[in-house]
Amino acid sequence: MTSAPRVRRLGRGAVAPYLLSLPSWLYLTVFFVVPLVAMLSMSLATGNPLVGYVFSWHFAEFARAVDQYWVQLVRSFWYGTLSTFLTLVLTYPVAYWIAFHGGRHKGTFLFLILLPFFVSFVIRTLAWQFLLSDQGLILGTLKSWGLLPETTYLLSTSTAVIGGLVYNSVAYYVLPLYVALEKVDRRVVRAAGDLYASPAQAFWRVVLPLSAPGIFAGFLLVFVTNVGDFVNAAVLGGPGTRMVGNIIQYNFFDAQNYPMAATLSSILMFLLIVAIYLYARVFGTESIQEYAT
Amino acid sequence: MSAVDTISAQGGFLRRIGLARAVLAAYSMAFLIYTLVPIAVMIAFSFNQSPHSRVSLKWLGFTTRWYRNAFVIQDLTVAMWHSLEVAFVAMIVSVVLATPLALALARYRFKAKGVTDIVIFADIAAPAVVVGASLLSLFLTLNLPRGLLTIFIAHIAFDIAFAVVVIRARVSVLDRALDRAAADLGATPWVAFWTVTFPLILPGIVGAGLLAFALSIDDLIITSFVAGQTLTFPLWVYGAVKTGIPPQVFVLSTLIFAGGVLIALLNSGMAHRREG
Repeated sequence: MTSAPRVRRLGRGAVAPYLLSLPSWLYLTVFFVVPLVAMLSMSLATGNPLVGYVFSWHFAEFARAVDQYWVQLVRSFWYGTLSTFLTLVLTYPVAYWIAFHGGRHKGTFLFLILLPFFVSFVIRTLAWQFLLSDQGLILGTLKSWGLLPETTYLLSTSTAVIGGLVYNSVAYYVLPLYVALEKVDRRVVRAAGDLYASPAQAFWRVVLPLSAPGIFAGFLLVFVTNVGDFVNAAVLGGPGTRMVGNIIQYNFFDAQNYPMAATLSSILMFLLIVAIYLYARVFGTESIQEYAT
Repeated sequence: MSAVDTISAQGGFLRRIGLARAVLAAYSMAFLIYTLVPIAVMIAFSFNQSPHSRVSLKWLGFTTRWYRNAFVIQDLTVAMWHSLEVAFVAMIVSVVLATPLALALARYRFKAKGVTDIVIFADIAAPAVVVGASLLSLFLTLNLPRGLLTIFIAHIAFDIAFAVVVIRARVSVLDRALDRAAADLGATPWVAFWTVTFPLILPGIVGAGLLAFALSIDDLIITSFVAGQTLTFPLWVYGAVKTGIPPQVFVLSTLIFAGGVLIALLNSGMAHRREG
């Protein structure tokens, strides 16, 4: 850059970005940052549904939350990890194929992958409930052919919930993977071939490491989303598949135990902060957004 | 190794790549079909006969009856209107708030940039349950009654972050020489913005608006925390899961789907026209 525009920018450059940012800052402060603080203070409150809750540095709720709901907490982390990993394994080849062999139809393939986005998340999950139900299209057909015993069921099992989580994460993972793979310099891959790398070696030692930012960005987004989900567990699962999200809902709306609900949400938020911190340390804060949408 | 051996070894190598590529292509096609299955189910069930006005799991025959009676379930129709209303308002407000921030982030280096980046990313990556629970905590603390207003507030809060990222991507590929030229020709920053920058980033703004609309109309988790007794379309459906789904649910969501696809195709068609 030459020095002329830089000098000119100094005059108004100092205030302009702040003026431009101000409206959004105000909004996000009041309705994103302050609520997080409100939630934290709610988690430290004591009282009961009848008289209300007051703030009181009551840290014991965290111990109670872990003690009472450790099963659901561990289950949420397990479902989140497994479903994110499965989504990665299932979508990576597709993202790779679109980026490297999509040719003129890249846009069309991406559009098809995004098509489920045009159907409401609840409806998609509901469609899977229909497909997986005991006498539904999949199990019903297999049973009528005698390929499965009549007692086979999928709904209200962890398989159904994890399957739903995987299906609903597909588009969120394909996009960052595609963006990362699209950026891989094709000449570097060819150079690996020229240096006698087999196609497998070229993939494992060149393409895969270069797509790491997409792998991590997608993992972060999908994992955090899935750990906090309660819709798949409610629609496809049963009593044995309840996740933290279901417990938070229950405590807010049925038990009206706001401090417990806020405590469990705070635990999820700490997870998010750790994940973002790790990502920002490895890849920087600006690259984070490149893969976010 | 003779020349013939080398050639046949090479042939094997090429065939291996060819085979791998065919397997990859077949897998990708199968995967695309898998992602489309629930859409097919939704459309099929919207045309399925069902005796008790509840969706039946079996195929009982084709009918357009539910389309002719798409809006007879009054509270479902009201919920649908709420969803459209919320998505529209959230789209407009979030884009208006996000555009200046996107310009600031893409064009200036300033002290608060790192923090802003992190807040935007946290807003996108935050689990919906946390966003919903924290807003509800705020509304409970303030004693603000839950309803359409709190739904608007919540939707704008999560739409802004996505809008910023989309618009920012568009701003950062712009040639800065263009608005410098405008300034050299005596345009004030205000005039330069509306006559040069704005038309150029408009596709990004439209894209951000469409994304915000889509995210809003689809949201269930965050809305479930802040809605109170007010129902949106996803909330109505979620509530009906336990009691049975009327076919109209699939009719309305098929209509939303068709509308969304149409708008997306028109938008990409216009983008092609502009660029080609």
